[in-house]
Amino acid sequence: MPEISAGDTAWVLASSALVLLMTPGLAFFYGGMVRSKNVLNMLMMSFICLAIVPVLWVLYGYSLSFDTDAASGLIGGLGRAGLESIGLDSVSGTIPEFAFVAFQLMFAIITVALISGAIADRARFGAWALFVVLWVSIVYFPVAHWVFSFDDGDGGWIGDRLGALDFAGGTAVHINAGAAALALVLVIGKRTGWRKEQMRPHNLPFVVLGAGLLWFGWFGFNSGSAVAANGLAAGAFINTAVATAAAVLAWLAVEVVRDKHATTLGGASGAVAGLVAITPACAAVSPLGAIAVGLFAGAACALAIGLKYRLGYDDSLDVVGVHLVGGIVGTLLIGFFATAAFTGGSEGLFYGGGLEQLGKQAIAAGAVMGYSFVVTYILGTIVHRLIGFRATPDDEATGLDQIEHAETAYELGTATGAPSARLRATQADTEPVPAEEGVNA
Amino acid sequence: MKLVTAVIKPFKLDEVRSALETFGVHGMTVSEASGYGRQKGHTEVYRGAEYTVDLVPKLRLEVLVDDPDTGDVVDVITKSAQTGKIGDGKVWVTPVDAVVRVRTGETGAEAL
Repeated sequence: MPEISAGDTAWVLASSALVLLMTPGLAFFYGGMVRSKNVLNMLMMSFICLAIVPVLWVLYGYSLSFDTDAASGLIGGLGRAGLESIGLDSVSGTIPEFAFVAFQLMFAIITVALISGAIADRARFGAWALFVVLWVSIVYFPVAHWVFSFDDGDGGWIGDRLGALDFAGGTAVHINAGAAALALVLVIGKRTGWRKEQMRPHNLPFVVLGAGLLWFGWFGFNSGSAVAANGLAAGAFINTAVATAAAVLAWLAVEVVRDKHATTLGGASGAVAGLVAITPACAAVSPLGAIAVGLFAGAACALAIGLKYRLGYDDSLDVVGVHLVGGIVGTLLIGFFATAAFTGGSEGLFYGGGLEQLGKQAIAAGAVMGYSFVVTYILGTIVHRLIGFRATPDDEATGLDQIEHAETAYELGTATGAPSARLRATQADTEPVPAEEGVNA
Repeated sequence: MKLVTAVIKPFKLDEVRSALETFGVHGMTVSEASGYGRQKGHTEVYRGAEYTVDLVPKLRLEVLVDDPDTGDVVDVITKSAQTGKIGDGKVWVTPVDAVVRVRTGETGAEAL
């Protein structure tokens, strides 16, 4: 029976909590970018993922992703459904299997939450919740199996059989979410007034706070993916730090040349672009390679976010420009910068490995992108036809905080907020009051 | 009686307020306002997309004065709010029919 390492277990549990924190971080990153009338809805689109996905993960998600392969590397079996067959003494590698279950759960949560930024300001909340259920079940769980499930060559087809390198989820998380975002935007359409009305971010400090929390949590995401407290975890850690730094510099450099100013939103966005790109590559490239990955990603994403205006799709918070493009950049650059010092074998083009690894990376990126785009388009259309994904133009004008959640985030001015708002009913009022004792009797 | 209304740059409030205090004006109403004149607005950039922000933040200051003081109060405000740069704002005067102090019911000049 394999030995459990206390150090490995501690790091993976700590990393799991770090990755969980990324989703509230993402909520603030996105929430600051929308208009003030939609900020609560934006936060809730992420927060509801923290509520839905863990339940599905325990019921069948973990099993479909990580149980013994059931169909040529395409999906896991149902042997671990309900986690019934896992006990406190079950082992995965050198850690308790429950620790692995927890760590991988956090990836499922944030991946679907990432999509929400593309359809900000206009999606019905109930439809989004239904979409989350369908999307993680039919898109994320299988793709996680493709990429993350290893079983000595009998696991997932991309990671274990093809041998494409994706350490922490450039394909399974970022290309997956980015392609889904594009499909969903095409299903539900542009915000009313897009490109005519002002849609400035309402709270850039929130955006920076969110980016900071993402960066912090991302160390768990990348370094924790070593599933051990070892040299590889440390290498992934320093690569995550330096690639992100380089991407911020590259994004700001593009802005200074193009717009004459280094913006706060650009700095925060550059950090996320770098984090996305180094995610697949953090255990395949050297720290110098990580700087190159970060520079490419920061510049490519800073330029890619302009595409939506050329092509006319309203990816509101640039999920496509940052996550799809950043994910592709990181996944493909492994084919150039992979070094045996980190991978233990595979080498990229610049290290004398030829084109073989690059080919595998391209297949992995293309397959996940294609599957995610097509299936998301179908799922989004089903939800739209079934219950309506789209808020009405009137509701959009009013704001989704009020329409979907019956709340407002801020008290703006003294005339509109709480002091003059009268309490109409409380829970206690719903108790039946006998007529003769009623306050009005 | 007259109502003197001034739209000024927000950072000038303290100077204007203390100048009026020195002159002998002991009350005013200040509200946040936004607007533009010859100054127009400014440009902001978010992820490469340029936005023109037409309306610039200002403060609107309202002071009730007795007729003979009107010219002096306008002068005091103008001098203390001035930077000489575009966007300093405007001051205007309107006639007031009646004023009542809510607490006491006093009217006219006594209510100022």
